[in-house]
Amino acid sequence: MKNNNTWFWLFLAPVMLALFFVVILPLIFGIYYSFTDWNGIIATRFVGIKNYINVFQSTTFLNALWFTTKFAVVAIIMENVIGLALAMLVTQKFKGRHLLRTVFFMPNLIGGLILGFIWQFIFIKAFAAVGNVIGVSALESWLATPGTGFWGMIILMSWQYAGYIMVIYIAYLENVDHELIEAAEIDGASAWQRFLHITIPMIAPAFTINVFLTLSNSFKLYDQNLSLTAGGPYDSTQMLAMDIYNTAFSQNNMALGQSKAVVFFLIVAIISLTQVYYSKKREVEV
Amino acid sequence: MKNKHMSIRMIQVVSFLLGIIWLLPFYLMVVNSLKTKKDIFVNTLGFPNPFSASNYPDAMQQLDFLKSLTNSVLITIVSVSIIIIFSSMAAYALVRTKKKISGIIFLIFASAMLIPFQSVMIPLVSIFGKVHMLNRIGIIFMYLGFGSSLSIFLYHGSLKSIPTALDEAARIDGCNRWQTFWYVIFPMLKPITVTVAILNAIWIWNDYLLPSLVINAPDTQTIPLKMFYFFGEYTKQWNLALAGLTISILPIIIFYFFAQKQIIKGMTEGSVK
Repeated sequence: MKNNNTWFWLFLAPVMLALFFVVILPLIFGIYYSFTDWNGIIATRFVGIKNYINVFQSTTFLNALWFTTKFAVVAIIMENVIGLALAMLVTQKFKGRHLLRTVFFMPNLIGGLILGFIWQFIFIKAFAAVGNVIGVSALESWLATPGTGFWGMIILMSWQYAGYIMVIYIAYLENVDHELIEAAEIDGASAWQRFLHITIPMIAPAFTINVFLTLSNSFKLYDQNLSLTAGGPYDSTQMLAMDIYNTAFSQNNMALGQSKAVVFFLIVAIISLTQVYYSKKREVEV
Repeated sequence: MKNKHMSIRMIQVVSFLLGIIWLLPFYLMVVNSLKTKKDIFVNTLGFPNPFSASNYPDAMQQLDFLKSLTNSVLITIVSVSIIIIFSSMAAYALVRTKKKISGIIFLIFASAMLIPFQSVMIPLVSIFGKVHMLNRIGIIFMYLGFGSSLSIFLYHGSLKSIPTALDEAARIDGCNRWQTFWYVIFPMLKPITVTVAILNAIWIWNDYLLPSLVINAPDTQTIPLKMFYFFGEYTKQWNLALAGLTISILPIIIFYFFAQKQIIKGMTEGSVK
């Protein structure tokens, strides 16, 4: 019996050690440091909730929180609407639909950093050139204003992520019973009615998955933010993850940066736990 | 019936137009990477005139491309192999030991998936800095820490459907736990191993933030890291910057070309579960 226990712990030891030193220990230290005057090397005294008061008085943090929330709302809508539309198109039976799935998914293979650089070129040079040709000056100087920075991020993320969302919708769309649709057709249901009363209820689980996926992705976004706008102009497009990084590593304010990181952790954890709650509830209902 | 034929045709045309729009950024990147600096300025949308293929050797040299490619390949392969070996073993131990402690450990790994990287990165760098582990060994260990949760989760799901009768048969034939797992069980996990490999490989290959904090020395930089500095330096020279971007995405596009179905399945499977 003793032997039985030994192999269990031996098989688990490497991942448990890694998880402990890489995730759990930094999390515990991080929470502890957020209540001290930690400077990255030592913490000399407790400061209570002073850091957290500073977090909520920090304009860059509040701006980043507002920008991230705004971004998340628009991104969730755009990514899901486009993703579902693409999925509906490429589940029709025509030649080339598999090729197109591959094309729409392709941006997801490439790192966010590189995608942001590619789109920097598109927005700055290609948009300006098109604007010149068709005489629309609004297409010039993209990414130079807060508004174009925001929409630049939205366009980049919709282009990248719609293909990913599409794949998840496809999995559910392909389960939709075709006999059901044909029966409804014979009964005289219009295309819109069939979509509303047959397709939508069938893909409801995919909708839940995708909304949470796009939500937590929007909150954790960093690479694309860094490479497309770098938070500019004047920090107006800086998102939460970038604000944490800059506070800690650019301004060297470790305790404040870590307190922001704890608040960030709570926000993302609440989003994820809500998702777990919803999917468990659905499993029980089914 | 004719009406239906027409509408499928319409859907096909619209879909292909969208496909072209999706590829436009890549097209513009490649076309402009073959222009001179001046040509990009006056002729952004047209074909290169004249062709300037020399951007490529220049960018490759500036990027120290062979070096960063080797670094990326090395870190990705070693990290992914270690994640596969240790996560599958851990999941096997958890599934085959029906005790309360197994459930608790599994729950800890599942909960760890809720922790975003940015919320632990600052203490992580400080702790590993103190023990002089901000190097390649350190980052591989970190990838095991961050990657094991989802991998264990995926292996756990597959292992539950493998009957224990197989283990027992192997035990009777004289295999110990180690042999039972590697010779009998692990080969049966091949489909999920492919998923775990793809999921982790794409993540680690493209990762920027963690390497930028841990292996930021010129001779250990991976492709995304090198690209970041390169782009910052050549932002006014779009011809070189675009050639660099094109080279840096080439390896993964080639990989995608050969295994697109597996890759799409692997990358989305983790998020659905």
